[in-house]
Amino acid sequence: MPLTAYLVLAAVVFAIGLFGVLSRRNAVGILLGIELMLNAVNINLAAFARFHADVVGLVFALFTIAITVAEVGLGLAIVIVIFRVRRTVDADRLDLLRG
Amino acid sequence: MTGTALAVLALPFAAFVALALIRPLRRSGRPAGYVGILAMAAAFALALRVFAAGGRGEALWAWIPGDGGPMATVGVLVDELSAAMLVLVTLVSLLVQIYSLAYLDTEPAPGLGRYYTYHSLFAFSMLGLVLSPTFLQMFVFWELVGLCSYLLIGFWYERPSAARAALKAFWITKLGDLGFIAGIVMLWAATGTFHLGTLFEMARTGALPAAGLGIVMFLIYLGAVGKSAQFPLHVWLPDAMEGPTPVSALIHAATMVTAGVFLVTRAQPLFALTPGVLTLIGWVGAFTALLAATMACVESDIKRVLAYSTVSQLGLMMAAAGALAAGAGFFHLLTHGVFKALLFLGAGAVIHAVGTNDIFRMGGLFRAMPQTATVFIVGTLALAGIWPLAGFFSKEAVLAGVWEGGMVGPFVLLAITAFLTAFYMFRLVFIAFFGRAHTDEHLHDAPPLMAGPLWALALLTVGLGLLLAFRGGGEHHGPGWLPALSLGLAAGGIVLAWATYRRGLISADRLAAMFWPIDFMARRRYGLDALYVSLYRGFVLALSRLVGWTDRYIVDGLLNLLSALTGWAGDVLRRIQSGHAQDYVYGVAFGVLLLFVWVQWWSR
Repeated sequence: MPLTAYLVLAAVVFAIGLFGVLSRRNAVGILLGIELMLNAVNINLAAFARFHADVVGLVFALFTIAITVAEVGLGLAIVIVIFRVRRTVDADRLDLLRG
Repeated sequence: MTGTALAVLALPFAAFVALALIRPLRRSGRPAGYVGILAMAAAFALALRVFAAGGRGEALWAWIPGDGGPMATVGVLVDELSAAMLVLVTLVSLLVQIYSLAYLDTEPAPGLGRYYTYHSLFAFSMLGLVLSPTFLQMFVFWELVGLCSYLLIGFWYERPSAARAALKAFWITKLGDLGFIAGIVMLWAATGTFHLGTLFEMARTGALPAAGLGIVMFLIYLGAVGKSAQFPLHVWLPDAMEGPTPVSALIHAATMVTAGVFLVTRAQPLFALTPGVLTLIGWVGAFTALLAATMACVESDIKRVLAYSTVSQLGLMMAAAGALAAGAGFFHLLTHGVFKALLFLGAGAVIHAVGTNDIFRMGGLFRAMPQTATVFIVGTLALAGIWPLAGFFSKEAVLAGVWEGGMVGPFVLLAITAFLTAFYMFRLVFIAFFGRAHTDEHLHDAPPLMAGPLWALALLTVGLGLLLAFRGGGEHHGPGWLPALSLGLAAGGIVLAWATYRRGLISADRLAAMFWPIDFMARRRYGLDALYVSLYRGFVLALSRLVGWTDRYIVDGLLNLLSALTGWAGDVLRRIQSGHAQDYVYGVAFGVLLLFVWVQWWSR
């Protein structure tokens, strides 16, 4: 398969993730969208590593996965705290910073 | 000699500094007065030494540095003119300070201390003015004198009329001072020097640029118009009588108001180059003399009569200066300084005893206060110009100078003034000192502290006159008919006053009715005060309203518009901050998308 196919796949996954981030009302759903976007990046990294025969891309992908895990952990912790304080995780109702 | 002159200048200044800085001393009242008097007495003694030594001397120090020599210098200039002024100023200051101790005996101690502080500063300023070798230094002291005048006229500042009069005097003289500073700066721009000696040298050798000199000298003359209360800026002097009477005697008779005459006398070599300005000075002086004399004839306030008389006599001196007989004018300045101070101090003694300024509420004072009345009549005779008192010789010198200067018109005005002078002064004397007494109170003569200076001045008036009579007064010898004319006019005025106010042979009302236009106008001060007030209302207030409107609606409006715009923009942009994180992400994503589109299609 050509490189373009992987890149298109990554772009599609990224777009789906972005759509999720923008449209989901639930904070957990938004986190999931972010996961998708990060994984799209991973696909890109792996694809370029494969086609350039350079292992550095894979190393970066591993790093990203580790950081993603940490990020999800942190994100979920924040969501839980928000829920405890506000009794909701509906993003539309979290607008304390409105001008 | 310049060192001695400098000491004369330093003594009152030292007294001023001591009184101004040492608060307990200033607030102690009479001790503060002793300090001032002591300094003044020492200054007077030194001034006498300077005068007796004679000769000329000049000491200069660099003041404002400039390329190739200092731009301005300060120093002291001693010659006959400044030495004579030194003696006059220190003498009258000393006597007035002694007199004030008694006159202001009811003043609370802090006020008395303040009085002597101002007084010392004034003496310092006036001495600095007469010793100035440069126009710039003269201007500085000129303004200091104006400030002191303001402070002393407004000495009883709780009285609104005094505060107003002080302000009026300050502003009106400032009008003239504007011309003065403009004149000396223009002169400096043309010649590069403020130094009088250099300027006179240039005038003598013809090195002075003639173009524009007329306007320069006119502007400098304006300063003299303000200070010496010449028409049309004379309106402040009668109002200045709101100050304590000794202040009037010192500042508004003998010293400050003569500063203008002194200036014209000092700068005579320069004025001599501008015949047009000289003619103007002569005519304005003579006109002022006559105008003020008519106003003095209808005034009923004893101090105001003297004030108008001072304006009138200043006009006389100025007329002499205009006829290039500044020496005669200066001579009259000196004698007038002595006997006008005498008259003012005498009037002060009367006011102190009677408690009113209105001559129609006095009367019969000769019996109650014979000493005061005697010295007052001596001063009056001197002012009227009766032989052999000092005033006779100086007035005749002025008249002779004006006549020989070929100014027939001013001469006629001055002759009428001489007649009126005798008339209004004896009107004052007959109403206030003779006739029926109007009060039943037991009046007392002046206390010794007041009587002393009065007698000193009276003796000086007589002594100077006798000296001049036996030594052949003055160097100006007018036409032979002049003494007869001047004596005749004075005698005529006295007789008319005697017939009207003593004997009642002529009704004062009928006299007024005979000259009703002049009477009508003089009682309204020729409408000049009203004119100034309306000018002020019309012009200054309109201008301030315009400026106020501009400030409120244009300047402030611009700022208000700016702030309103900012506020409105903030209000609009505020709505972008929804507080929803998703909206921000949407913005970022959409922005990135737009960037991509831009990169794809437009940046090739």
